[in-house]
This record gives sequence, C-alpha cells and structure tokens, in this order.
Amino acid sequence: MDVFRIATAGSVDDGKSTLIGRLLYETNSITTDKLEAIERASQRKGIGFLDLSLLTDGLVAEREQGITIDVAHIYFNTPKRKFIIADSPGHVEYTRNMITGASRAQTSVILVDARKGIIEQTHRHYFIANLLRIPYVIVCVNKMDLVNYSEEVFTKIKNDFLKLSANLPNTQQQIVVIPVSSLHGDNLTTQSPKMPWFTGEPLLTLLEGLPVPTARGKFRMPVQLAIRPRNESHHDYRGYAGRISSGKISVGDSVTVLPSGRSSKVTGIHKNGQEQSTATDRESVTITIADNIDISRGDMLVRTGEEPTLKTEHKAFICWMDGNVLDTVKSYLIQHGTQRIRAKVTQITFVQDTASLQQVEPTSGLKMNEIAQVKVKTAKPLPVDTYSENPANGTFILIDEFTNNTVAVGFFE
Amino acid sequence: MKKDYLKEFPRELEDEAIYIIREAAAQFERPAILFSGGKDSITLVRLAQKAFYPGKVPFPLVHIDTGHNFPETITFRDKLVAETGLELIVGLVQDDIDAKRVVEESGKFASRNILQTTTLLRTIEAYKLDACMGGARRDEEKARAKERVFSVRDDFGQWDAKNQRPELFDYLNGRIRPGENVRVFPISNWTELDVWNYIREEKLEIPSIYYSHERPVIERNGVLWPYSDFIFKDADEVIQTRTVRFRTVGDMSCTAALASTANTIEQIIEEVIGTSVSERGSRLDDQRSEAAMEARKAVGYF
Repeated sequence: MDVFRIATAGSVDDGKSTLIGRLLYETNSITTDKLEAIERASQRKGIGFLDLSLLTDGLVAEREQGITIDVAHIYFNTPKRKFIIADSPGHVEYTRNMITGASRAQTSVILVDARKGIIEQTHRHYFIANLLRIPYVIVCVNKMDLVNYSEEVFTKIKNDFLKLSANLPNTQQQIVVIPVSSLHGDNLTTQSPKMPWFTGEPLLTLLEGLPVPTARGKFRMPVQLAIRPRNESHHDYRGYAGRISSGKISVGDSVTVLPSGRSSKVTGIHKNGQEQSTATDRESVTITIADNIDISRGDMLVRTGEEPTLKTEHKAFICWMDGNVLDTVKSYLIQHGTQRIRAKVTQITFVQDTASLQQVEPTSGLKMNEIAQVKVKTAKPLPVDTYSENPANGTFILIDEFTNNTVAVGFFE
Repeated sequence: MKKDYLKEFPRELEDEAIYIIREAAAQFERPAILFSGGKDSITLVRLAQKAFYPGKVPFPLVHIDTGHNFPETITFRDKLVAETGLELIVGLVQDDIDAKRVVEESGKFASRNILQTTTLLRTIEAYKLDACMGGARRDEEKARAKERVFSVRDDFGQWDAKNQRPELFDYLNGRIRPGENVRVFPISNWTELDVWNYIREEKLEIPSIYYSHERPVIERNGVLWPYSDFIFKDADEVIQTRTVRFRTVGDMSCTAALASTANTIEQIIEEVIGTSVSERGSRLDDQRSEAAMEARKAVGYF
C-alpha cells in the first residue's frame, strides 16, 4: 500500500479544519468516541455546532486560544492508499511551522476563501510550496456556498492563481484548482450536483489518483553507522547501514565513498536479514563492499562516476527558525545527510518577502520565520547536490551548538 | 475489495522506523527501548532486530513495572527476553511506593498509571539513559499528534509542547545537555491498523490477552473492567464471566476489556477495520479529562 503525504496550511476562519474533519468523517476515519469527545467539548465552549478544529488542535493552549500553533499529524486510509496530513497554522509568525509541515509533503493543499480570493496568505503558502518544489499543488476554492456556487467567481480566482504561479521560479509543479464547500461537503469525496459546470475530480478522488512521485536524482546514501557483529557466524562481516536518499543501487555496482573518494564494489545489499540484488530510494538497507576501506557515520556512498562536487562555499535559501537572530559572525553546526560539521553564514544576499513576493535588502541578521538567500561556508567540503537537481541531497539544517536548537533549514542553490 | 487494501502493511513505514532506530543508536550513548509487553513495543523489538542484523540489538529493554500487570504479559516478557537474549531492566513502582516517593491513589477508580512517571525518571537516571525509544503513535491521541520523533525532555523529564525543535525532512537533532534525555518514537506515523498488519505479516507473537478468552469482569458505566485483586469492588457490583479480549495492554486497573470472539490476527484486523471506537477509548487513564494525556506528558510520561 502507498503512503501519500499531504501538507495543509491555513488559519482559523478559512475552513481548513472543517475540510480535514470532513475528509476524516466521510472516509470513516473518526471513531464515535472521538466524535463524542468533540461534541462534549463543543458544548462546554458554548458552540452550537460540531467544532472539528478540536480534532486537530491537540494542545490546551491551542484549544483555549482557538488557534493552531504547531504541526499536527493526521492519518486516514481509503481503499486506495494511506494518507498522512501534516496540518500547520497559516499566519506569517508560523512560517517555520509551515515549512516543517511541508518538508516531507508530496502534495500541498492550499485553501482560498471564495469571498476573499487570493490574499497575502495565499502568496505565502504557495511560495513555500514552490520553494520546496512539492510536486503537486491543489488549490481548494472554499466556501463556494457563500458565493452561490458561481462559476464566474471560481474562474476569476483560478486565473489569478495561475497568474501568480507563472511568476515563481519552479514551474514544473502540477497545479489543480477545485471549487469546494467543506461545510456542505461539495466536491470533497463526491462530485457536487450544485456545480455541474465543474468537470474535474473531487478532492479525494484526485488525492487517490495522483502518482506517488519518486525521489529525483542519482544514487546517494548517507551512512548512519557501521554494523560489525563480530560473532562466530559473521566474524568478518562489515556492513554500512543507511537509508538511500535517492537513486538506485545494485550488487556489482562501483561505489565511491565521500569525502575520502575511495572506491570499491558492492558485494551485498541486506535488508531486514534478507539479501536483495538491488535497492532504491527511501529503503533502509545495509551494504557490504569488496574492499576494506574506512567508512563511518557522516560519509556518503555514491555510484562511481556520479559524484557530486565537494564544496566548502555554498549558495542557499534558508528559513530562520529560532528566537535568536542569525549571527553572521558566529559559527553553527551544519547537518547534511548524516554529516555534522561547523559552518558559518557569511552573507545574507537578500530577504524574501513571502507576502509581496519581492526580494528585500537585508537589514541586520535574520529573524525567526524570515526566508533569505545566503552564502554558507563549511569547515570541510560537503558532497551536495542543488535542491532542484536532487531534493533529497540538497537540504541541510543548522544547529546552535550552545542551545542545541535546530535554528534553520536550508536548500542548496 | 475494500478490505484487502486495508490489510496490506505500507512497507515504507518500516524503512522509516529502522532509519529512526539507527539514528537513535548513532546519536546517543545509552539508548533503551521502553517495553510494556504490548503490541507496539513488541513491534519495536522486531524493528530493532532488523535494523542491526546480523549484529545484536545494541540497547536494553526497560520495563516500568506497576505491579498491576496482567500475568500473561509478564510471562510473555520473560519468554521474549529469553529468546532474544536482550538485557532487561525492570523499574518497580512498588519501590517508589515503599520509599514514600509517591502515594498510591485510593478509591474505586484508583490506578498506578500516574505513579509510573516517577519510576521511569528514577530508572532513566540510575542507568544514565540518554534516549528512550517508545512505541507511542501520533494517531493514538491528540496531544501525541503534536509529538516529535525525537522529543527532548529536560532534567525533570518534562515535555515543553510549545517549544519543540522543528523536524524537517529526515533530519533528527538529538543534541542534548547532560541530564536531559530524548524520547524517541520510531513508529510515530503508524496507525493501530498498520501495527496489526505488521504483526500479521511478520508473524509476531503477542500476549494471549489480545485474543478472545473467558474472564471475570465487572460492568461499570457500560465499561467492562477485568476483575482482579487490584481493583476495588462495591458491594452491589456483580462479577460475571464474559468472553472478551484486550485491545491495548496496560495495567489491570486501567485497561477495559472488549467483548469479542476474535481468536486470530485476521479476526482482530477485521474487528479493527470495522470498529467505531478508538483504541485509547479503552484506556480509562485517558478519559479522566480532555487534556489527560498532555498533562501527563508534560511531567514526564512518555
């Protein structure tokens, strides 16, 4: 069975919780005790209707303030596939949460209120989906019931959105725009009789049918650890364990270890105690090689002849995620794959305004939730690909070695 | 047609869990598996065996023993330890009660569930564990839906829900200060159904109380409580023998029985697919208040 990961973002009043609640409800994914608990809580708060946001707002503070603060993970199955929704808040002060939620998504679902059309928040959600190069973007024009299910309103919003998307760099995304009413369930799981003019698929049918995207790029495997049992039956066994981040590897292939640059041949691919002749992206495997060369955590296995360039000077987009501003004098730890070394952000080229989509001159530092293009210098060369070429090997995080917090996420340019 | 799809385990979840377990082994000095004897921790043990094959699992099992266990769970635990050769560390809640660090609840609904936290934190400190892997899943409960895969806890084991490290892509940041520790949740993204499908596909053994059997129970507000020495019975309450099974393995004093005739994994899966009540709905410890889970996690529960 496939796993399909969706990112949603939105604020209290755009009907996002109702939309998710309805998907769960219509796929029989909410159990009666959870529904009853929501009913009880809705009554306690003096709300007359079933407040489905209580289903996703799991923390006391969120329920008290009626807002989504953190990313929530929601699971549901249909007969076709398993879905994981990463649901995050939509306001500018939660940009980092949106990026976190979107970081593993295969589809971004963006909600637009039919009465308001494209607003600042739509720009932000789409900019993030575009920056992260999420393969599919589904725009749900919601609350169609409040505009009399008007085709004209829908068409205008659709055109506005397509105009917006034409201005952003990653044009390879597949964009679908659907008119829905999450309150009444129009075009969510079944075709809405109220909008016969819309001939596309309802949301769930679309989500079930989109092909699962494969990780682009050549074979890359960051080594997590070496496995050396030293027991009687496996006296000389030495395997390298890791999750293949992209590409495919087969027994007999020549591999090069980076950064050392030494090469050997793959003699075995082991998975869960079974041998297999080949393995592809996202699989957790253990690889054995012909020669006894020094390999440890932080190294990367690639196919010989397909090595990425080893570089210490990098250009990247980063999103700052910490309360302390970015300091271009201070050094941080950069993690790329399983490698963790020292790094500095030497220059902020420009700050990206996610509302106006304009590039802004940097003032000083970089504050929480800001996105910028920067230059990064690393203490040792890293085997990186650009994010556009190989998303799985084109990202990194920065860690503050004093607070240990993850302070930024980055995408190599 | 519909049900066949739902009976397939999504293999990607196993790759993800093994990646997380290997990260825990690589990033920490003394990680351990929190083992309750329930299906989720049994699944963790199998995943750990696969992650390091043909090597040995490089960490011990930790069981926080409330003393209110189902005897079947303890029998199962000891058999699993003997078969796998894994080290077992047991933290006894009774020791903390005897030392007067905690006071036992009294009354009809008394449970030792909350007392476990003190014993867990004491055991973590005594064995200098810097990471504890647990079988908690985000689909179980709404506070758990907000949990990270690497969840950092302070010196007092406390969870600061509003100030969690962002987790992006596959990156797991396990850097901590001395005294802090991390709870690691490799099967965060699994659902109850995923676990059962995995157990079936991997042919894992599970404690007998998951299967239908006859047992003395007391019916309270429509809930079947397993009768044992650990629960207080009112004079007017009647002990009756019913055909039941358990959907989760907790203490005998806080786990409700389910009227069921499911005798095989296949029948259990049918039941899970057809059920209209969630798994934690059978946990009396969660029903105390809307924020019961978040409140317990904040002070060190896993």
